[in-house]
Amino acid sequence: MFIYIARRIVYVIPIVLSVALVCFMLVHITPGDPLVAILPADASQELAAQLRAAYGFDRPLPVQFWLWLWKAMHGDLGNSIATGRPVLTEVMRAVGNTVTLAIAASIIGFSLGLMFGLLSGYFRDSWIDKVSTSIAIAGVSVPHYWLGMVLVIIFSVELNWLPAVGAGPGGSGQWGWDWQHIKYLVLPAITTSVIPMGIVTRTVRALTGDILSQDFVEALRAKGLRETYVFRHVIKNAAPTAMAVMGLQLGYMLGGSILIETVFSWPGSGLLLNSAIFQRDLPLLQGTILVLALFFVFLNLVVDIAQASIDPRIKRA
Amino acid sequence: MLTMASAVALPQFASAESVLRIGMTAADIPRTLGQPDQGFEGNRFTGLTMYDGLTMWDLSSATKASVVIPGLATEWKVDDSDKTKWVFKLRPGVTFHDGSKFNADAVVWNVDKVLNKDAPQYDPSQVGVTASRMPTLVSAKKIDDMTVELTTKEPDSFLPINLTNLFIASPTKWQALYDKADGADAKAKSQAAWTAFSKDASGTGPWKMSKFMPRERLELVKNDKYWDKARVPHVDRMVLLPMPEASARTAALLSGQVDWVEAPAPDAVKEIEARGFKIEKNEQPHVWPWQFSRIEGSPWNDIRVRKAANLCIDRDGLRDGLLAGLMVPATGTFEPGHPWRGHPTFQIKYDLPAAQKLMKEAGYGPDKKLSVKVQTSASGSGQMLPLPMNEYLQQALAECYFDVKLDVIEWNTLFTNWRRGAKDPSANGANATNVTYAAMDPFFALVRFLQSSMAPPVSNNWGYINNPKFDELVKKARTSFNDKERDAALAELNAASIDDAAFLYVAHDVGPRALSPKVKGFVQPKSWFVDFSPVSMAP
Repeated sequence: MFIYIARRIVYVIPIVLSVALVCFMLVHITPGDPLVAILPADASQELAAQLRAAYGFDRPLPVQFWLWLWKAMHGDLGNSIATGRPVLTEVMRAVGNTVTLAIAASIIGFSLGLMFGLLSGYFRDSWIDKVSTSIAIAGVSVPHYWLGMVLVIIFSVELNWLPAVGAGPGGSGQWGWDWQHIKYLVLPAITTSVIPMGIVTRTVRALTGDILSQDFVEALRAKGLRETYVFRHVIKNAAPTAMAVMGLQLGYMLGGSILIETVFSWPGSGLLLNSAIFQRDLPLLQGTILVLALFFVFLNLVVDIAQASIDPRIKRA
Repeated sequence: MLTMASAVALPQFASAESVLRIGMTAADIPRTLGQPDQGFEGNRFTGLTMYDGLTMWDLSSATKASVVIPGLATEWKVDDSDKTKWVFKLRPGVTFHDGSKFNADAVVWNVDKVLNKDAPQYDPSQVGVTASRMPTLVSAKKIDDMTVELTTKEPDSFLPINLTNLFIASPTKWQALYDKADGADAKAKSQAAWTAFSKDASGTGPWKMSKFMPRERLELVKNDKYWDKARVPHVDRMVLLPMPEASARTAALLSGQVDWVEAPAPDAVKEIEARGFKIEKNEQPHVWPWQFSRIEGSPWNDIRVRKAANLCIDRDGLRDGLLAGLMVPATGTFEPGHPWRGHPTFQIKYDLPAAQKLMKEAGYGPDKKLSVKVQTSASGSGQMLPLPMNEYLQQALAECYFDVKLDVIEWNTLFTNWRRGAKDPSANGANATNVTYAAMDPFFALVRFLQSSMAPPVSNNWGYINNPKFDELVKKARTSFNDKERDAALAELNAASIDDAAFLYVAHDVGPRALSPKVKGFVQPKSWFVDFSPVSMAP
């Protein structure tokens, strides 16, 4: 197991470097001026050149990349052009908010997904299966920003039960797991959860159906074992795949949904990306993408290791 | 019993804090360190609230054009013998929020923060949003404690107007933060000091910074000691919340989460009004145009074609239909009633037969259409609804034998291309560009587009307009140091540009905002800015 983990970590190094290079290049090859956030429309070429030099954008790209990477390796992602604030602080605060949202959405999405998936798998082709499958398809098909708006209209505007936007009552920056904070989380979390809910439902349904048709299940039943015991076996066999799906979905959620976070003005990584793109704030854009990509790589690593610890066949492969 | 009830209730009433909560269109709180980013929305919320300039805008009238009035300077005068020297008399008795005194040293320090690279407080991040808004200012010198001399690189009567963009921050506060700041060198310490300053800002404005959560909220409290007693805020606290999405802002207003939202979506206006909220709007110094290419071979070099396009647009239809009333039809950069309007002889209006006649005279007709290409964006600051509006123009101009092709590019790219000009490959063969502009001051509104020397790479004369009459009028305006003479010269310049149909003038934005019925005392001036001081909240 130790060798497997070490090998996976070594594999991660070139991935991280490639991610860093792609992050850096993506924002440099797009058209437009990197200083657009602070450079007014009528800025002279002289002023533009002066600011470009002040921010180091006049240096050759390889030099810029090396300086950026060297600093990044030391935990310095530079300062935002638009705000002057350290990028790392900005990103970590936003990621913290997105993690909160992702955890809430995961709890809702995975619980409902598992429940609907197991019900569908166990009661294949019944009305329960049809209802669960319909919910799952709706979950992955409905545009989630539209669903968010509908929820806001119903629960905020019409019923006035929940806040429409924001991430907390006082803007203290400190999240609390109390109703004063959770009520800000409910609508964006439900909206964020619909896609993982749909995907998990469909995955678990397929797995359950497949496992139930296997010989060992027949054998277990033939032995006269109770259905709860059979169910435990089904869960155990379905777990690695379900976990991989969950890990991927969690990764996507940590990446932040630009649309959902914008609709709800949730100050997470999605809204930060939106802002960085809108202001063409290159250091912020690079830093945000890099941190999110690293999160994704890290999550995949964790999921792989967890899968391997559950299912030794994966480790051997 | 009643006495007892009063005794209990009265202290609560007396201590009840009045709060105004505003949903901004910005995705982040505009910079708070003195020179805001995010365009004029930044100036509106974190500039004019916490800071003052030497000169300020009069934002008290909803009917008259906003004009420049004394701010931290009480009077100013250009030197009779050297028109590049200005003397500003400063307002006595003004203090910064940190208690330090405002004086000539503070003015010099603030000019140096953006113009003097050798000054410890020089901050490149503040230069971009400031220097080009006062393009001729080169330095400041203290004459005495309450007098300062400003120098421009050429005679420029626009300086007092441009100075509305220089917000005076507290040098004492900054120095204290600098002394405590960490950093390997003076530059790093300076940057750290500005970062700290942005979290605990100090200006002289009617509002003081109270709580700041980047990207989430900025809370301001009223400055009881503000030098202009008439402008001490009527509410205790103002909370600014970034909400970049129009539907989110609308929902926040309708659910009672905020009391005021900027720029509600046009299609939500009816719903907002039906629920008892107020929509405030007024003509802004803003123009939504097509800026014509005037390089060799451009079809717009024929004045008949330029005039025909201007006569071919039903602007009232655009306002009442697509824009739900949220625009004012444009008949030039400035409209009648503005001191810089003038008396143009060419009247911009909807006159389809006249437009068709002009096009036929120019050699076009139903069987020989004129192909024109315009670069525009799908979104962007001040662009209103660029795609639907351009499609409206496309259809309207088809009636006048134009075949309009739209080249839609990303907003920041369009903005970058704007600086590069019509001859640059980035124009992609377009012979018009659709970039909206602010018309607050003469340079932004007229000079940068009309003066031949403002062609790229210098400034925004994208189409390379080269009209000696414009150049002469720009010079006349710039060197008229009597306000009335300067205004008359600017009016002449504006009228000349309309007579020349220099742009396709389409619309002015109206700066719509939706307010809770609890918001009282608000005046929406003809400006990008508003004065929050007279606003109160009904219980």
